[in-house]
Amino acid sequence: MITKDYKRRENKIEQMHQATLHPNEIFLQQLEADGKFDADVCFQCRKCTNGCPVTFAMDLYPDEVIRLVILGQREAVLKCRTIWVCAACETCTARCPNGVKIAELMDAIKERTLLERVPVPQPQILTLHRTFLKNVRKWGRAFEGTLLPAYLLRSGQFLHKWRERLWGWDIKFGWRLLYRGRFFHFPKKIRGKKEIRNILIHHKK
Amino acid sequence: MKIFELAYYPGCSLQGTAKDYAESIIGICESLDIQLTEVPDWNCCGATAAHSIDRRASLDLVGRIFRQAAQMPQSEMLVPCPMCFNRLKTAILAQPFDQKTEDQYRIPMEKGFPKIWDTANFFATQQMMETISNKVQQPLKGLKVVCYYGCMANRPSEISDETDFENPQSLDRIVMNLGATPIAWPFKTDCCGATQVLSRPDIVSHLVGNLYDMARRVGAQAVVVSCQMCHANLDIYQEKIEADWGRRFNLPIYYFSELIGLASNVSGVEKWLSSHLTDPFPLLRELGLWNPT
Repeated sequence: MITKDYKRRENKIEQMHQATLHPNEIFLQQLEADGKFDADVCFQCRKCTNGCPVTFAMDLYPDEVIRLVILGQREAVLKCRTIWVCAACETCTARCPNGVKIAELMDAIKERTLLERVPVPQPQILTLHRTFLKNVRKWGRAFEGTLLPAYLLRSGQFLHKWRERLWGWDIKFGWRLLYRGRFFHFPKKIRGKKEIRNILIHHKK
Repeated sequence: MKIFELAYYPGCSLQGTAKDYAESIIGICESLDIQLTEVPDWNCCGATAAHSIDRRASLDLVGRIFRQAAQMPQSEMLVPCPMCFNRLKTAILAQPFDQKTEDQYRIPMEKGFPKIWDTANFFATQQMMETISNKVQQPLKGLKVVCYYGCMANRPSEISDETDFENPQSLDRIVMNLGATPIAWPFKTDCCGATQVLSRPDIVSHLVGNLYDMARRVGAQAVVVSCQMCHANLDIYQEKIEADWGRRFNLPIYYFSELIGLASNVSGVEKWLSSHLTDPFPLLRELGLWNPT
């Protein structure tokens, strides 16, 4: 169903060739400072990649991300699609023979991407995370009744579907959910919502 | 007499789209004499969004949940949502060593941490299994299912404390205890894509389609789950995924708690099952397990 992006793969191999010439440990140290991931003990057995369920949608494989992190290829890592496509299923972390916390490392790279304001290749995934946290910030709990519409609007899916006249399925789907009683509940603000606002202070948008 | 008293942290989605799961857990706990007390004024654990883009917030949010739970006398906590289960246990491991967590959200250590129970593991303990088998009035004879555990309740093993994280057995044991036949299959803990269903539906369609395909190939009539995200992706989106694959799978998806309720004739089963989008009743009728009074 999904064909691999061979062009991206060629670019990647080229980058790896350059990387062997200028290894640089600073990037690895920066990431390891955010939490202990033990990325430097990776011996490239590729168990993570072989077990990963979403490699078909990735441009770099998980083992390649780790290798590039070790080599200090900051740009290639921060710009890759892999970190966003990762479903955080933790198969890689669970299976790694050296105890590298691969899924957690992917999270740390995502955070660094945002910190350094690198453009995100999968904006809709970031939009979903942001919309979710904004929603939690507002109610103290996630409330799906406003989360889903807000996400559809912000990600541009609503507009896209409206223009392409693709909303027929969604309306039917929404109606079925309503009919089955899955949306009939009211948001409940919690008493400690000030604390939640304090915790999620950076997620106003 | 209540045999168990547990603190209960339902999580956000059990108040919304996964109401059926929440109601079935409360229903069977009542019938099994388990007293659940909700954590007072609990908040969201942050889920995938927080741990993806704001690690500090994900630890602080869970810290607040533990602060709230520390007011309770119960020393054990039941967490039906595997995502919350994973986040809570991750924070227990990570927070004491985390420099950035704000002091007011540190997990209170004086009383020690509550023991966090995943629902499937809780109901698969020896004591609960015996209690359940005493309550079974209508064994689920002839029902052939595959048990689908998903990711977060199992992995990584140092967080979940699961010994068989590649081949978990808790749901299989529960289902067998009810008289149904669990079929061994290789995709027990493969990922369904979870929240990617909104941002990358194509990925979820691929992953879940593979699950349906394998479930049908091993001869299962239905899938049993213990996770509301797995249930959403497998049940709610089934018609769409069938359209993507150009195949009809027609697999009803049951929560294990609904099956316990069905086998022990707990009232409310009809209400829980009727909120599924993939009709769960034809299979039960076919096997003679559905006789509404």
